[in-house]
Amino acid sequence: MRADLAIIAEWIKPGSSILDIGCGDGTLLKFLRDNSEVKGIGLEIDVQEIESCVRDGISVIQADLNDGLEQYFSDNSFDYVIMSQTLQAMDRPDILVDEMLRVGKQGIITFPNMAYWKGRLQLGIRGVMPVTRGLPNHWFDTPNIHLCTVNDFEALCKQKNINILERTVVDHTHSKSTLPMRLFPNLFGEIAIYRFCRNGV
Amino acid sequence: MPDILPTDSVGIVESKSIHFEQPLQLECGKTLPEYDIAYETYGELNDSGSNAVLICHALSGDQHAAGYHSMEDRKPGWWESCIGPGKPIDTKRFFVVSMNNLGGCKGSSGPNTKRPGTDKYWGPDFPIVTVRDWVNSQQRLMRELGIEHWLAVIGGSLGGMQVMQWSIDYPDSIRHAIVIAASPKLTAQNIAFNEVARQSIMSDPEFNHGHYLEKNTIPRRGLMLARMLGHITYLSDDSMREKFGRELREGRLNFGFDVDFQVESYLRYQGHAFVDRFDANTYLLMTKTLDYFDPARDHGDDLATAMSGATAKFMVISFTSDWRFSPQRSREIVKALIKAGKRVSYVEIEAQHGHDAFLMPIPHYMNVFHNYMQTVCRDI
Repeated sequence: MRADLAIIAEWIKPGSSILDIGCGDGTLLKFLRDNSEVKGIGLEIDVQEIESCVRDGISVIQADLNDGLEQYFSDNSFDYVIMSQTLQAMDRPDILVDEMLRVGKQGIITFPNMAYWKGRLQLGIRGVMPVTRGLPNHWFDTPNIHLCTVNDFEALCKQKNINILERTVVDHTHSKSTLPMRLFPNLFGEIAIYRFCRNGV
Repeated sequence: MPDILPTDSVGIVESKSIHFEQPLQLECGKTLPEYDIAYETYGELNDSGSNAVLICHALSGDQHAAGYHSMEDRKPGWWESCIGPGKPIDTKRFFVVSMNNLGGCKGSSGPNTKRPGTDKYWGPDFPIVTVRDWVNSQQRLMRELGIEHWLAVIGGSLGGMQVMQWSIDYPDSIRHAIVIAASPKLTAQNIAFNEVARQSIMSDPEFNHGHYLEKNTIPRRGLMLARMLGHITYLSDDSMREKFGRELREGRLNFGFDVDFQVESYLRYQGHAFVDRFDANTYLLMTKTLDYFDPARDHGDDLATAMSGATAKFMVISFTSDWRFSPQRSREIVKALIKAGKRVSYVEIEAQHGHDAFLMPIPHYMNVFHNYMQTVCRDI
C-alpha cells in the first residue's frame, strides 16, 4: 500500500465511520474494512476506478468531488473524511476543507509538497517547473491546479481556525518520517499527511 | 433468430403460468378474486433456494426477458443483453424469475383476459394496480416457487421502482436491490407525456371506451401515437441525430405529408409493431401505475424515511443522456439511501442512448453490473 495510505490506516480508530473522497480503486477502504472493521464509503469520479471498488464490494458513489459532499452528505455524518493526493486538483481546496469538516468530525488530507527539495532544485537552479515522482505531470498537462507547500497548508489551517492534530511527512523511498523530515518537513517531505479538526471540537 | 443459438443465450425458453385462488387486496380498494401470473425462469434453483433473482419489467416489458420461444423467433427477450450464461445476470449461478405484471397483456390477468366466472373481457374494468400491488403479487409467486427470499431484485425504469418497493415492503425478502434508470416518483413533465399517450389512445374512435375487444375493434392509431411519443422520450437528441440525422427515405423531399425523413419512417414502424404486440388498456393502466408511484408520499414526502426500514444493499445506476428519468432522479434515491444510513453504490454511466440505455450492452455499464453481481454471488 502507498506510504501515505499506510500512515492514514494507522491513524484511524477501529470501528469508526469514514468517507474517502477521491477513493480511487478503493485500496484504503478495502484495507480498513478488512483490518479494522471500519464502515466506509467512497466518492470517485472515474468509472473505471468505480468498477474496481464495486468488484471488491466497496460502497462507492460516482460524483465530482467539487460538489459531491454538498450534494450527498449532511453535517457530522462521519468520524473521518479522508482525501489523499487529490487536494491539489480541486477547484477550491479551501472550500473543500471546510466541507470535509462539516461532514466529518475530523479530516485527513495528504498532498504532494511543492517545496520538496527536488522540486526546489528544478525551479530554483534550472528554472523549470518541477517534475518529480510525486508530481509526474508537465505544467501543460497537469490536473494539479492548486499546488501548495507544507507551510501554505498550515497557513490555511491557521486562517480557518483549524486545529492540526497530527502531521507526518514521507518521501517515496521512506514509509516513515526520517529525522531530516521531522526537522525540516517543508524541505524533505515529499508527501505531507495531516489529521485535523475544528478548534474547540 | 440466428441459425445457431448464441452460447451466451439461455436458449429456448417457455412461459409458464400459475393460477392464484387467494384474493388479492389492491391499493385502490378493490379486490382481485383470483388471477393468473405468467412467468419464465432461467437457470437452476439451488438446494437451499438461496440463488433466486427477480427481474422486474418496465412499461412495455413482459415475462419474456431472455432467450427465444422458438427457433423461428425473430428477437430474443427484452433483456438478452444482461441475462444469460456469463452475462451480468449469470444463469449459471442464479435462478432468474421474470413475470408479467398484473394488468399486463402477455398471459397474466389483465384487461385482455376474461373476468373470472364470465365470458367477458376485463377491458377497462380491470382495476388500476400500483407498484405495491405488483410487489405483493410477486411475493406470492416467490412463495409459490418455493423461494424463501430473493438474493437480488433487479429492474430498470418502472422495474427499478418495483425494486425500491420490494426493499420497503419486504425488507427481509431481498438481499440486494439493483435500481437502474429509475426515479423516486414521476415529474410533472413525465406525467404530462403519459397523459398525452393516454389521450391519444382514448380519443381513437376504435377505442370504444375501452370495450374494443368485445366490439372487435382495435384503437390502432391511438396506441401507435402513444408509442411514437414514448419512443421519442426514450431516446436522446444525440442518439436520434446519430441514428437518423435528416436523412431522407427516398433521397428527395416529397412536398407532402407522407414520410420524408428516416426518423418518421422509423417511428411509424415502431408504432405499428407495437400495436401488434401490446394492448391499449394495458398501456393506459401501466402509465397510471407509473404516475402513482411515490413511496415517500406516506412518509411526509421524505424518501429517506420511506426507505428507513430497508435492509438490502443497493446498487443504483443511471445514464447521462437519459432525460425521461434523468441522473438527477437517481441521485435523489442515492441521497435518501445515504441519509437513511443504507449501504449503496451509485454510478452514472456515460451513454448517449437516452432512457433506453439500460437495455444496451454499454461496456462500463456491463462491467459495473457484472462486478456487482459477482459480489451478490458471495451472498448465495
